[in-house]
Amino acid sequence: MIKSCLNILALFVFACPIYAQQKPTAFINAKIIPIVGQPIEQGVLLVQNGKITAVGDAKSVRLSSDVQLIDVAGKVIMPGLVDSHSHIGEGSGGDGSAPIQPDVRLLDGINARAASFQRAQAGGITTVNVMPGSGHLDSGQTLYLKNRDNATKIDDLLIYDKDGKYMGGIKFANGTNSIRPGGGNFPGTRAKSAALVRDQFIKAQEYREKVKKAAGDPTKMPPRDLGMEALVEVLDGKRVIHFHTHRHDDIMTVLRLQKEFGFRVVLHHVSEGWKVADEIAKAKVPASVILIDSPGGKLETLDIKFETPGILDKAGVLVGFHTDDNITDSRWFMRTAGLAVRAGMSREKALYALTMANAKILDLGDRVGSLEAGKDADFIILSGDPFSVYTHVLQTWVEGNKVFDRSDPKDHLIAVGGDGAGTDREMHLDGDEDDLGGGQ
Amino acid sequence: MKDLIFTAETQGRREKTGKTNLKNNIMMRRSLSFFIRKYAWRLGVSAVFLLAAIAVNAQIAVKGETVWTMAGEPITNGVVLLNNGKIEAVGTADQVKIPANYKVLTAKVVTPGLIDAHSVIGLNGYMNQPHDQMALDGGGAIQPELRAIDSYNAEEKLIEWVRQFGVTTIHTGHQPSALVSGQTMIAKTVGKDVDEATLVPTAMIAVTLGSDALAGQGKSPGTRAKEAAMLRAELIKAQENVKKSDPPKDLRSQILMSVIKREIPLLITADKAQDIMTAIRIGKEFNLRVVLDSVSDAQLVLNEIKASGYPVIVHATMARAGGDTENLSMEDAAKIKAAGIPVALQSGYEGYVPKTRVVLFEAAMAAANGLSQRDALALITIDAAKIIGLDSRIGSIEKGKDADLAMYDGDPFEYTSHCIGTIINGTVVSDVVR
Repeated sequence: MIKSCLNILALFVFACPIYAQQKPTAFINAKIIPIVGQPIEQGVLLVQNGKITAVGDAKSVRLSSDVQLIDVAGKVIMPGLVDSHSHIGEGSGGDGSAPIQPDVRLLDGINARAASFQRAQAGGITTVNVMPGSGHLDSGQTLYLKNRDNATKIDDLLIYDKDGKYMGGIKFANGTNSIRPGGGNFPGTRAKSAALVRDQFIKAQEYREKVKKAAGDPTKMPPRDLGMEALVEVLDGKRVIHFHTHRHDDIMTVLRLQKEFGFRVVLHHVSEGWKVADEIAKAKVPASVILIDSPGGKLETLDIKFETPGILDKAGVLVGFHTDDNITDSRWFMRTAGLAVRAGMSREKALYALTMANAKILDLGDRVGSLEAGKDADFIILSGDPFSVYTHVLQTWVEGNKVFDRSDPKDHLIAVGGDGAGTDREMHLDGDEDDLGGGQ
Repeated sequence: MKDLIFTAETQGRREKTGKTNLKNNIMMRRSLSFFIRKYAWRLGVSAVFLLAAIAVNAQIAVKGETVWTMAGEPITNGVVLLNNGKIEAVGTADQVKIPANYKVLTAKVVTPGLIDAHSVIGLNGYMNQPHDQMALDGGGAIQPELRAIDSYNAEEKLIEWVRQFGVTTIHTGHQPSALVSGQTMIAKTVGKDVDEATLVPTAMIAVTLGSDALAGQGKSPGTRAKEAAMLRAELIKAQENVKKSDPPKDLRSQILMSVIKREIPLLITADKAQDIMTAIRIGKEFNLRVVLDSVSDAQLVLNEIKASGYPVIVHATMARAGGDTENLSMEDAAKIKAAGIPVALQSGYEGYVPKTRVVLFEAAMAAANGLSQRDALALITIDAAKIIGLDSRIGSIEKGKDADLAMYDGDPFEYTSHCIGTIINGTVVSDVVR
């Protein structure tokens, strides 16, 4: 209760100044790809107070007399990209002491000023699931973040749910990622990995039962256990498991555990997902896919394919993409969609995978991922076709604030690299003078 | 696998898969009787078919809506005739008549077979396990005597992978992770074994300056200055050996003498500006042939690189920035080119994923970051051929050159285009749609 109040307070203190765009602003004459609904040639995107207030063609969107017009003729506007698995922010999670560490929060080990956040802005990523790990069965709790500008501390990037609690999932892995032969309390085999995870969830079930029986009586409550508290959230469906898994048999193991414990899970990487596409679809479990420029690099990814997203989509799986930054760089996240189309995925579904699918995967489908009235004003302005290598992200907007502008030399440096591009964020307000409402 | 361009107009039947063609290519290089005796059973195809296949593949006409010859302007509605492993003719459809017995292939875009100017594949494999990682021996900081050909696996999966994107030639070898890690070689991305693949057995000597070459754990080199001192000491020894009437016969002395005699260049991987300057300083001190490699800080010392006269094989456009490469930029290739410095592009060395980059993708990103399409394509064709010293033979579509071509169903650089065929020495070696 106290925690929840503090979070609501935090929401006010940190979030309020950002939603400060008073006058309505209309972005006109661009091709708008709203993701939900058909593309609109010569569209209008109307934004106010950090929210989208209308999307449509020039005839359907009514503009008030005080509207500020921004002409983006010849450009393409689409929702800000959502990355469902990244490691930007130099975060650390669990340490080497144990294979399962649900108590560890990325919140307590991330640098909000890291240059990698700016690179993600340059890539058009406005919402991101930043993960701890890896190398554990459970590396700890993840964070869902908004890529807001000029963050000085992690609180500036958090996303709060309707109860005022900051949002995040929990990272799990199987296969060779967490196997350490002779590694003390770490598993040496796949079967052992599964057994260790099942044991933890059985304990969590018992812990939940004790809490339930206590019925609010503090004297009957079990001793507080941070790890168990997190796993109970998982069992209650309040915290989604983001499960690193490559090989087809490891994917099946995740599905088996999901069935046993009923948790909500997203399959990540799924390099061999194409081999068990129907099984994944039947389990109604979403998949977040990464594409790598060549097969291998480790034994579990010898059979990785560009075709995987298209195959999973056709099987009926909800498919998102991720960067796993810096496995692939946030700045060319859109390229993943291009390669998926190259290997058979439809253009519509590939764009959906970059945006709305990931929004759903992060339980943010009602707030981000598409250009619809009432949603956050998170969008990107592209120089052309989203699937062309020659297309650049020109601007990235988060909640009505411009956080990246390729025409600004400092932002251009971040976008292409060069001397000083890797330096973590200094406190500067460059480019912000033309932010709508000047909310900084 | 989707069947694609093979109209096979003159033959009236479709060609077999690229795999068979690849094997056919191997066969062509052996006497037929020997082949039938030794290998026909393994391939499981009849000798009769083989005879036909050899005849088919010996003479091919490739039609392209756009043919990037890389020798002059691209040709619209071009035709390339391939005969006996070489390019027989190239020109517009009006200029070049297709003989009746030629097999005709068509593609939207035709380019020279792509050249990866610096890779490690064939030595390093896709499994990334100790048994397939042969590009670095941990036994010493200076080992120029290690030949790439003694580790090259022509059947490595990564070679097949890049071949399917149009890469026909790779300059590959020991990786940049020791002061002198060993030799490099040049190979076609075809062939059952190293002998069939190899164009140049010893191409360059791989040298690395900077933090990647530090030995660590109290071993030398432990500093940048020590790296330079150790390298200079070896070169001074070689200089003295060259003057001797009876020079030492050991492998290291022999190979370093050929460096001093300018028979073999040093491929010096140097990212930080001070390391680039050290490479130039040592190159000039010993009057060596030098190719500068990776050069992430090139933007800081462009004038100095230009003045050295050394060509550059720049880092992959999408290479990760960090450590010595922290300053790399996607615009480096464009800036180096604009400075008038000869430049090619590399896939480079990768320790994890992707286990190899694909130069087609890297050149595409360079084309999106400051280079024209033509100049970006030159990075992985004619300019690469010049820097690895094989431009008389590969890198452009010109009469008399090797019949190495790549075919695409659209702009080769676009994410959504596909490589639909690769030809090496006049034989279709890949027809998967990638």
